[in-house]
Amino acid sequence: MSDLEAFRAEIRAWLDANCPPEMREPVRTEDDVCWGGREFKFKNDAQRQWLESCAAKGYTVPDWPKEYGGAGMSAAEAKVWREEMAKIGARIPLSSFGIWMLGPALLKFGSEEQKRHYLNQIARGEIRWCQGYSEPGSGSDLVSLQTYGEDKGDHWVVNGQKIWTSYADKADWIFCLVRTDKADKYQGISFLLFDMQSPGVSTKPILLISGNSPFCETFFDNVKVPKDQIVGPLNRGWDVAKYLLGHEREMISGAGGGDRTAAIGAAMNRMSGGVDPILRAELAQFDVDALAYAAMGEKFMDEVKVGKGHPAKSNMMKYAGTELNKRRHELVMASGGSAALEWDSEGSDGGSKARNWLRTKANSIEGGTSEVMLNVIAKRILELPGVS
Amino acid sequence: MPLYHTDDQAMLAETVTGFIADEGAIKKQLRRWRDENCQDGFGHDLWRRFAEMGLTGMLVAEADGGLGMGHTEAGIVLEQIGRNLTPSPFLTTSVMATTALAGGSDDVRGRWLPGIVAGQTVAAMAIDEGAKHRPERIACRAEKAGNGFRLSGAKDFVVHGASADVLIVAARTSGADDDDAGITLFAVPKDASGVSHDNVRLVDSSMASHVKFDAVELDGGAVIGDVDGGRELLGRVLAAGRAGAAAEQAGVAGGAMDMTVDYLKQRKQFGKLIGEFQALQHRAAHLYSELEIARAAVIKAQQLLDANDEGAISQRAQIMVSVAKAKAGKVAGLAVREGVQMHGGIGMTDEYDIGLYMKRDRALAEFMGDAFYHTQRVAELSGY
Repeated sequence: MSDLEAFRAEIRAWLDANCPPEMREPVRTEDDVCWGGREFKFKNDAQRQWLESCAAKGYTVPDWPKEYGGAGMSAAEAKVWREEMAKIGARIPLSSFGIWMLGPALLKFGSEEQKRHYLNQIARGEIRWCQGYSEPGSGSDLVSLQTYGEDKGDHWVVNGQKIWTSYADKADWIFCLVRTDKADKYQGISFLLFDMQSPGVSTKPILLISGNSPFCETFFDNVKVPKDQIVGPLNRGWDVAKYLLGHEREMISGAGGGDRTAAIGAAMNRMSGGVDPILRAELAQFDVDALAYAAMGEKFMDEVKVGKGHPAKSNMMKYAGTELNKRRHELVMASGGSAALEWDSEGSDGGSKARNWLRTKANSIEGGTSEVMLNVIAKRILELPGVS
Repeated sequence: MPLYHTDDQAMLAETVTGFIADEGAIKKQLRRWRDENCQDGFGHDLWRRFAEMGLTGMLVAEADGGLGMGHTEAGIVLEQIGRNLTPSPFLTTSVMATTALAGGSDDVRGRWLPGIVAGQTVAAMAIDEGAKHRPERIACRAEKAGNGFRLSGAKDFVVHGASADVLIVAARTSGADDDDAGITLFAVPKDASGVSHDNVRLVDSSMASHVKFDAVELDGGAVIGDVDGGRELLGRVLAAGRAGAAAEQAGVAGGAMDMTVDYLKQRKQFGKLIGEFQALQHRAAHLYSELEIARAAVIKAQQLLDANDEGAISQRAQIMVSVAKAKAGKVAGLAVREGVQMHGGIGMTDEYDIGLYMKRDRALAEFMGDAFYHTQRVAELSGY
């Protein structure tokens, strides 16, 4: 048996012994997702136990180094881990912007002390993070942000407003882009971390077309941030932000999901009144695109792990993945017919189809719009002239 | 297995890329044979060069004198053939016919494989009947006659069939036209009595034949694999051809896209490079994304086929092969249409190569099933 096969057997045995049956069920509602954090209420013991077992082994962040709370897996081992998880339909033990976004940025730009402190907290699910990027006047043109941190010697005093802060009302800490030099647009931004319970921080949820409020407006009124809570050098936060946006785009692009799509076709087969051949054709065309994209996702991850591929490729993944996901939910609605319109009935899981459909419309807006992604591809990959 | 080329495959790609870009270039091959009205549609000298490079027998088992490589390696060659629009019997002979012959007896392999490996033998695939690819239905019939068979019927879209030394024919030896069972593959030599060709030139300047079999007498040595049990072997041949054609289409798309993106960086209108216009930038960036996805689907299909070289092809590999052919087909179509449009008027001229890409893509789209056929197949295999 090769080392990798022995490793696979070990993972399989561990999952068999430690993944509770409830955690092998598909995620149906928002409270099925474990986000961790100071205030998190576990839905049941199984959810808590699954997080704790994984965190103890470093499996919440399998490919992070062991000293930072990971399991130190190689690229090949991490792939085995994902494959074995997928085989039993295991839920990911911890969903976290700390893992997907801040973690990779800290691994690259953080000081040793920051890594040990923050990464271990993230891996154990102790602190829930939110991201302070967009502002009311700074959407696609993110670099025009105005939130200002005034230098007060051993700390900054931050004033301003962020918008579209995901789960700011549930988060413990924020990683935040703050202007620290008004004279330099790009090299005048710093990447700061601070506690959402700091005096002067307040949040206000934004009601969306889905009827849910996953995003907030976040206000900073003379918030004191100690100087050791900066990641990377002063005024070079844009470098950190760009790197992190790459990871965010990878994360959002994962939403396309290939193998699940045949389920829409199967569900449609059960529709009363038979199958509309034109809808069936659209589903099949979608399946081709989704299965091809799933292969792309696998290829992209394989290449990322060994540093192959164009560094700007995550923009392509984000663009294609989010456009695909929107199409998927259009087809879920069309296949579901009038049953998919139900907004709060029990039979519809609280209107999950309709609400998810509406939610996906943000996929191609958040984290860089599709149009911005195409601009970046044109400029950085195709090297076309004259794009800023 | 990671979804990118191994070091060995990357080395092969480097060698093949240089070789085909040079000796298989549009001017030296496609335009030359077209302008000379060559009735073979490809150059035999280049085919012998393929043999010297070890490419003709790359899928042939080492025991049979080949290199024992897989579909991923064949795809590397096909992508470059596609990129350079190189007329070549590689896909039919070295990918499909060798896959068929691998399922045959020592005798049948010994009769045909050495010539293929040496670059002396060219094979053609006689599968389609009618203008659309529909191999589920096979009416061409071979009846038992003495120790052999008597073959009667017609085949269409037999690419370079008239100049091939051997035709690999899918024929019905029992049952009704739409039956799954009752299929047998035959290796029919060029000079068999009763074989006639209506050799026609296609839009991409390749030659294809409408073949008629008029009571062609074949001895038992012409049979490849099991009599009446050829559906599984035919399935492997089709999968090899489809994955191969998808790789070639990805190459066509890549060639067309690169040529077009270069043009966007040179052509000026309204005092600007047209590549500065966002309307064109977004379309080019969209095309790039789609092509990357198509390439991923193609390599995934190749790897699944390579992991599955014995017996029936897994459901997963079947689906992915159809995904690859459908996706590569859609994307190559997009690439050549955008290519001609973005080139503007000169894109309509024979002098510029972009139109040749459009023509080649149209022929490849039909070969081994178009995007509609394979999209339908994905739905069926997925259970709806």
